[in-house]
Amino acid sequence: MSHQIENSRGLRSQLKDSVPVAGLCPQAGPYGVQDTLRRGFSSVKNELLPSHPLELSEKNFQLNQDKLNFTTLRNIQGLHAPLKLQMEYRAARQIQRLPFLPSSNLALDTLRGTDETIGFEDILNDPAQCELMGEPHIMTEYKLGLL
Amino acid sequence: MALSHVFESPVPGFNFENSTRNLLLEDALGEGKSNAPKPLKTGTTIAGVVCKDGVVLGADTRATSSEVVADKMCAKIHYIAPNIYCCGAGTAADTEKTTELLSSNLTIFSMNSGRNPRVVMAANILQNMLFRYHGAIGANLILGGVDCTGSHIYRVGPYGSMDKVPYLAMGSGDLAAMGVLEDRFKPRMEQEEAKTLVRDAIRAGIMSDLGSGNNIDICVITSKGVDYIRPYQESEYKDNRQKKYKYKPGTTPVLCEKVVRLELELVHETVQKMETS
Repeated sequence: MSHQIENSRGLRSQLKDSVPVAGLCPQAGPYGVQDTLRRGFSSVKNELLPSHPLELSEKNFQLNQDKLNFTTLRNIQGLHAPLKLQMEYRAARQIQRLPFLPSSNLALDTLRGTDETIGFEDILNDPAQCELMGEPHIMTEYKLGLL
Repeated sequence: MALSHVFESPVPGFNFENSTRNLLLEDALGEGKSNAPKPLKTGTTIAGVVCKDGVVLGADTRATSSEVVADKMCAKIHYIAPNIYCCGAGTAADTEKTTELLSSNLTIFSMNSGRNPRVVMAANILQNMLFRYHGAIGANLILGGVDCTGSHIYRVGPYGSMDKVPYLAMGSGDLAAMGVLEDRFKPRMEQEEAKTLVRDAIRAGIMSDLGSGNNIDICVITSKGVDYIRPYQESEYKDNRQKKYKYKPGTTPVLCEKVVRLELELVHETVQKMETS
């Protein structure tokens, strides 16, 4: 029983930051309140002031592209095509190292076609050259949804 | 050092961490003066014309940073592929980086497929890239090239708009240049006539616009090859600056000379042999 709860929370923690919902508390911890110890003090002014107009669209860009492509594919070829592709994507996404280590994501790149293109995400802010490191235990706990 | 408040590894790409701080700083300092550094704009005149068997692109060579000329020999015609060149107006760094990315993408494509890239592919890649950033990347580009389908010129705007036209001028001096082009353009011109026309259009832009000036570069692309003439015409207003400021010995007359010997005492002497084997 406890196994099931861990697993479902694990999946949900993977999705939770990918499509932020406006209106709800954006930094809710497991009890619905802001986790002051880890995320710092919250202030209404920080959340009301608009940050860069591109920030949200850039964060969700890959997801939205995938959605667009899959919907077009479904309309052209039927439901089976995106289903098969998404199964392959899920399998490729699981080939990763532990969360605090850099993973190459080679299979995922090949499926998406980004191994043959260069964009700003290959040049700027390369995670392999990041100067800061996260605490391994905390990152693994967050990934598993235990945090 | 391991940080305990970082939950996920950093996402590659643009980083927006400081945008809130920058907004707050501008509001605090604001009221008339903002001390944020201004990006280097090219403040340009660029033009392109389709001629009988090719494409002629032209640009001036001045880069301005507010009221100061930052670069007098700026290269605004960028290489994209052996048969495609691109003129860029707008923010200098944005045009540079975007054209470099485009060039890399097209090289990978031609290595993968073994074909020469087409101008319409370059225009599509640019369009997708610029639309994704909703105009934050300030790059106004004139793409010109010759491929298996003929010679083409495309205009790509910073918001992702694309236009296919036979002659084109962009930049801050585009009104003057466009006037000359509208007056004298004919379809299927000869190459020399097209070069003269582009030169006159850029010259009109240089004369009428503060942000354009100095020399004129011309790039002629045909199916046989590319002729990148830099500079095609130098401006009459050149300054003769000496790069070295050394004076010949004898420039200053010597009035009198006095030699004073320093008495040094030899205190200690050691000899160390070098290994020369």
